[in-house]
Amino acid sequence: MINKQWVWLFFLLMAGLGGGCASVKPWERGTLSDYTMRPDRDPLSDSLYEHIYFTREGAAGGRGVGGGGCGCN
Amino acid sequence: MMLLASGLHAESGGALGKSLYPLDSYGLEGTLPVVQGKIVLLDFWASWCGPCAKSFPALDLLYKEYRERGVVILGVNVDEKRSGMDKFLEKMPVSFPIVRDAMQKLVGRVNVGSMPTSVLLDRNGRERFRHSGFRGEETMTALRAHLDTLLGEP
Repeated sequence: MINKQWVWLFFLLMAGLGGGCASVKPWERGTLSDYTMRPDRDPLSDSLYEHIYFTREGAAGGRGVGGGGCGCN
Repeated sequence: MMLLASGLHAESGGALGKSLYPLDSYGLEGTLPVVQGKIVLLDFWASWCGPCAKSFPALDLLYKEYRERGVVILGVNVDEKRSGMDKFLEKMPVSFPIVRDAMQKLVGRVNVGSMPTSVLLDRNGRERFRHSGFRGEETMTALRAHLDTLLGEP
């Protein structure tokens, strides 16, 4: 049997987390469109992460990169 | 007709049909042109918006084409920092007037759905047409059709 207090605590926590959501208007997206927000802003780190990713997954070529999926390139 | 219809984007919460005058009640930074009795195209733009940069040369041409006929194009910048607008305009100077909606009151009133958005006001300052985004010649053809319609009204 779950204690009622824990149920209330759970809902309070969810309500608190929900309060952190906000919609961003189209004219407020200046910060979001900043260059530093781009996930692909550093080509060197991108290529390293991609290499680690397709080596681990054995899925080379899945993102348009040439390779046979052996994880050896 | 289809062309006109495609350019009409009556977004929810917008100000279609409502007067946006007086423009000096929104705390806009910059010099407002004389708009009374004129057809006004409000172009909402930002320095971080790629399509806005593409639209500027075309809007400048449109302004040169229509200003003698009583049309005012007013660029409304919505950048949070003035430096963003200044840098953009250094790279891409235009002949139509620009103001900055520093408090984002006008853009909030119009409630634009995307950047850029062009809003056409009739001689009484009522929003009559709205065009969201910039799609090159398609957008320009629609804007010309809207302007010609408004210019044809008394």
